Amino acid sequence: MAMTRRTRRLILIGTVGAVLAVAVGLVLFALSGEITLYKTPTEIIEQPRAEGRRLRIGGLVEVGSVVRKDGGQVEFKVTDTANAVPVTYRGLLPDLFQEGQGVVAEGKLDESGLFQADTVLAKHDERYMPKEVVDALKAQGVWEEGQPGGPTPPAAKN
Amino acid sequence: MIVEFGHFALILALAVAVGQSILPIAGFFRRDPALMAVAPRASMMQLLLVALAFAALTYAYLVSDFSLLNVVENSHSEKPLIFKISGVWGNHEGSMLLWALILALFGAAVAAFGGNLPQTLKANVLAVQGWISTAFLAFILTTSNPFLRLAEPPMEGRDLNPVLQDVGLAIHPPLLYLGYVGFSIAFAFAIAALIEGRIDAAWARWVRPWVLGAWIFLTAGIAMGSYWAYYELGWGGFWFWDPVENASLMPWLVGTALLHSAVVMEKREALKVWTVLLAILAFSLSLLGTFLVRSGVLTSVHAFATDPARGVFILAILCLFIGGGLGLFAFRAGTLRQGGLFAPVSREGALVLNNVFLTVAAGVVLFGTLVPLIVSAFGGAISVGAPYFNTVFGPLFGATLLVVPLGPLLAWKRGDLLGALERLWAVFALAALVAVLVAWMKGETHITALFGLGVAVWVLVGAFAELVTRARFREVGLSVGLRRLAGLPRSAFGTALAHAGLGVTLLGIVATSAFQSEAILEMKPGDTATVGAYSVTFDGIRNSSGPNYSESVATMTVREGGVVRFVVEPSRRFYAARQMPTTEAGIRTHGLSQFYVTLGGEGRDSGSVVVRMWDKPLVTLIWLGALVMMAGGTLSLADRRLRVGAPKPARRATVPAE
Repeated sequence: MAMTRRTRRLILIGTVGAVLAVAVGLVLFALSGEITLYKTPTEIIEQPRAEGRRLRIGGLVEVGSVVRKDGGQVEFKVTDTANAVPVTYRGLLPDLFQEGQGVVAEGKLDESGLFQADTVLAKHDERYMPKEVVDALKAQGVWEEGQPGGPTPPAAKN
Repeated sequence: MIVEFGHFALILALAVAVGQSILPIAGFFRRDPALMAVAPRASMMQLLLVALAFAALTYAYLVSDFSLLNVVENSHSEKPLIFKISGVWGNHEGSMLLWALILALFGAAVAAFGGNLPQTLKANVLAVQGWISTAFLAFILTTSNPFLRLAEPPMEGRDLNPVLQDVGLAIHPPLLYLGYVGFSIAFAFAIAALIEGRIDAAWARWVRPWVLGAWIFLTAGIAMGSYWAYYELGWGGFWFWDPVENASLMPWLVGTALLHSAVVMEKREALKVWTVLLAILAFSLSLLGTFLVRSGVLTSVHAFATDPARGVFILAILCLFIGGGLGLFAFRAGTLRQGGLFAPVSREGALVLNNVFLTVAAGVVLFGTLVPLIVSAFGGAISVGAPYFNTVFGPLFGATLLVVPLGPLLAWKRGDLLGALERLWAVFALAALVAVLVAWMKGETHITALFGLGVAVWVLVGAFAELVTRARFREVGLSVGLRRLAGLPRSAFGTALAHAGLGVTLLGIVATSAFQSEAILEMKPGDTATVGAYSVTFDGIRNSSGPNYSESVATMTVREGGVVRFVVEPSRRFYAARQMPTTEAGIRTHGLSQFYVTLGGEGRDSGSVVVRMWDKPLVTLIWLGALVMMAGGTLSLADRRLRVGAPKPARRATVPAE
């Protein structure tokens, strides 16, 4: 089968194009449904239309809000000091999960406004504060550079 | 004194690197052999100086010299010896110094083992290495200097982050860096080729061992990191699609593509320009991997406190090398003579398909990793996690795996696709049989799991089809066939093993994801819980203490059908120096599977704890597969064809075309 240079080049370009098209298709499909939006507690309270969508919320664990239930279920509130969102989670909380400390929860909001988290992340280093938490606190104007338990000043800007 | 000596050596190393960057390349343009001969000597000198600096810092850690800021922040006098050593690179400054050390090591290796390189190529390659060294050493000295002294040294250090006090971490970064930095050699060769405007099959033969070596280390580093996260973070997962993980996966994907395209270039003098581009991309992604998370622009569970002053420097380095490399490529690629085209159905064609899939897969991972950054530049805030990557990367990589067994069965120039499929017929039947058998035994199983299982068997067994075909067992019988098999080049076995390793890893991933059992519950001493086929009894908790922590250890007896199988002891530790608790998972390996238990905080009732348990069937295959891949790579590296300077074997004609 004698193929001309042109045919061979066309087949090559066609293959590359096809793989790229499939990849772009997959990316667009994933972007429409599989992306996690990041919201602060205030945004969730003020625009409560995010039910069923995958969300990530950041803030502080409200002091006195942690309630342990049966079967490893935990409920707590994530606050940016202005508003607080109730969160429920089943699983092991991270080692550095503490009341008054920064936390990031990922999951979905149900109809009653309860945030069903499937992942809870706390800072993993006493000098590091998750970016989401810093942003949420900054949005409320309560972020202080170098506050106790918070990051050292250089980290505050990241 | 020793510390000042190390600091001075590092400054001197920067001066040598500047010389190494300029003189050899000036020698190239002025055709001055004396100037070009500076390159190997400068490389050796640089290795010596950076090694001295590194040794000085290690010494400071060993003797707990708390007049050094870096030691104060990351060490403690009571820390075990091994973590005093690994603490050297368990922080930003030290890890950058390790990077520079490995870079100098590779440069010196090129100088030492590159005896058969043309002088101009060697001079240019080492000069490019010099540029990279200059950038890194300047970065370390100006923004991340580990040798800064404190005017008033404290009595005790702040200790290394407990999560990092682990043997896994002691070896993970060096392996990963050996991989990342190894690609700098390929990059240097690519830039040198672009400067000279000349490239041939010999170039590929020189570059391939370095790429292969880097690839082996990167594979090891990724697998090690994955296993470390699995047992240390206590989440029971082996891959989180975290930006740091993606950062190591992307160079691996592009490096794998480079490995394959270099074969085509070496054998057929085709794909030259593409190979050069891949060499530039592999190192660019390694740089991105080193810096992206360090700079703090991406949120990651791995991110540590960062200094924005570094960000600008990092951005400059990235722009210089990635932008400069790609710019030079765009400007000079036209001068490289194009290789020939080839039939679509051929070994070359299959390797091109591999390259297309791998680079596109790397592209979607890059997109997913960077898109939060792009969105945040426009004021939005999103995060891209596992769901995106599973949806996009899964099918693309799955398609790649489907064609893996086919490639080696196609001949160079023009392959016989039907013939290859015919030879794989038995493998296909076996894969289908395994999937059906498992479906029948396990009852209701998700279709994706069965498909994944079939693909795993297809890749694992199909990897050996080439060996069987080339030994020609069917035509010549078993004994002659075995002798023919023994006579095959090592690289053929290397290919088979590396491909089989992919199948092994996939098998582990599918088995664990589809068939693991899990339980989360609150337990008191004396309670018994059921996980899969096992019943677990919580016997009690005792307190003990380690060198720099105190811990409470839970004892759990695991029974199967009433018979005691093993005892698992998960614990919670408290590191006093950092006032930080950690969870140490209790993991028991039985056969290829593992039983995994972690402790959470206190439960609702006093004396009870929250426990999470998994039975993870065949989970160890995930990392054993990486070991098999590495063994394959090492075997290929040992092939005499690849040994630098080895002439082409004379009896090549008797070996069937490969």
